[in-house]
Amino acid sequence: MKSLVRIENITFGYGDHPVLEGVTLEIMERDYILVIGPNGGGKTTLLKLVLGIEKPWSGAVVLAEESLRERMGYVPQYATFNRNFPISVFDMVGTGLITGGNYLSPGKQSDRGRVEEMLHKVGLYEKRRERVTDLSGGQLQRALIARALVADPVLLFLDEPTASIDITARTTLREFLDDMNSRIAVVVVTHDPTPFARVYKHILCVNGKSFLHGRGELDSQDLEALYGCPVELLGHGIPHTLLREHDGGER
Amino acid sequence: MTDLLSYEFMRNALAASILASILCGVIGPFVVTRKMVFAGGSMSHSAFGGMGIACWLGLNPLAGALAFTVLAALFLSAAGRRSTEENDLLIGVLWAVGMALGIVFIHITPGYVPDLMSFLFGNILLVPRGDLVLAAVLTAVVTVSVIVFFRGFVSIALDEEFARSRKMPVKGLHTGLLVLVALAIVTLIQVVGIILVLALLTIPVAVAREFTIRFTRLMILSSVTGILLCIGGLAVSFTMNLPSGAAIILLGALLLGAVKAFRFFRK
Repeated sequence: MKSLVRIENITFGYGDHPVLEGVTLEIMERDYILVIGPNGGGKTTLLKLVLGIEKPWSGAVVLAEESLRERMGYVPQYATFNRNFPISVFDMVGTGLITGGNYLSPGKQSDRGRVEEMLHKVGLYEKRRERVTDLSGGQLQRALIARALVADPVLLFLDEPTASIDITARTTLREFLDDMNSRIAVVVVTHDPTPFARVYKHILCVNGKSFLHGRGELDSQDLEALYGCPVELLGHGIPHTLLREHDGGER
Repeated sequence: MTDLLSYEFMRNALAASILASILCGVIGPFVVTRKMVFAGGSMSHSAFGGMGIACWLGLNPLAGALAFTVLAALFLSAAGRRSTEENDLLIGVLWAVGMALGIVFIHITPGYVPDLMSFLFGNILLVPRGDLVLAAVLTAVVTVSVIVFFRGFVSIALDEEFARSRKMPVKGLHTGLLVLVALAIVTLIQVVGIILVLALLTIPVAVAREFTIRFTRLMILSSVTGILLCIGGLAVSFTMNLPSGAAIILLGALLLGAVKAFRFFRK
């Protein structure tokens, strides 16, 4: 499989405080990476560096092609979205087509077709004229994913996508991402990897530094040694307690 | 009404009302959705500092207001911090310092400053032709800018983080929006004065958002509401001999209360 993005030994922080130090990672085509770690460990910061929202103090984020910069979809944390903004579901999804390169021009006629197609895909076409405020948590999450996917990305980043949705919506989300992963790479930042247990390909543990593990590389004994504390397992090989100390093999 | 319009001051007042109402609709929805209400308040109060200095220098107070509100917008953008607390602090300091500067310079200006109450509370019946021309130019600049940058402004008001990921110039758009709010404030000050500007930027939007889910319609409805309030307030002011700015705002508050009550009892 082809490499899409290489993160080469990056260090970054806010003010004088480093959040990430010497982080290295490679994201391949159709990869499925879960990013776990404690609050303040640098998970969201890592996404922002890959997306170009933040610039690393040192090291580099190398894209396989420059055109990839326009083809990275992002579903930010729920809290960044202004839920009271007066906008229909259709128009909100359409904002996914606005970029730094085209925001001064009016939208194209073909954009409508793309938005409609994406709304069909996430099962929200019937809700297209409704106000975003009136959507349930799960529906809003799907609408935000549609906004991220409408520009046809090859890499999709989701930050805490299960944080504000119920179990049924989580299952729907997971099934949808499974389907998307047959075409595109998916990177999910989460405190709760459980819904993605059957489908992930790698787990990235982030707590200042990062450690990448392949599927099945973590068992309960390893985890207890790595975390320095008992770790609750659900029988599928993924812990769902927060990461503490981590001395795992770096990749 | 025809009789009233035979007076030049009434024609000027009507023109100022229409210009102010256009701005209520064009810029108000962004002020509300981007949570810039108190940033707007601090810019309008900083205008008092500019007016005071302009009076002291013998210049048109509106020129001072224009300079100070734009500077305040640039300051808020440049000094803006990540945390809400620090931004609140900046807004509060700017708010108070602007007023204090205005008071000091008006105090040291020789003679009586007759427009003091108009600065603070507005007097739409006393808008001179020259100020009306300035208001028309500012309204045109703000409206054209919002049309040109509309998709960018909507993007950052809806989800700034997502806009960053799409390589939008978020900082530049935010600064531009603050400057446009500053220009709008200078026009609105003539209608309702420094202290009541916030109400004119928010009440028409609060009324209009009860009737639409689309942002462009919100802008149009806010303008229509603004026109109703300004002309209605003007009529109340004229017939009951009340201060025009206060009459407009109180009429707006009554309308908002009626709309909310209607919604509540209809449920």
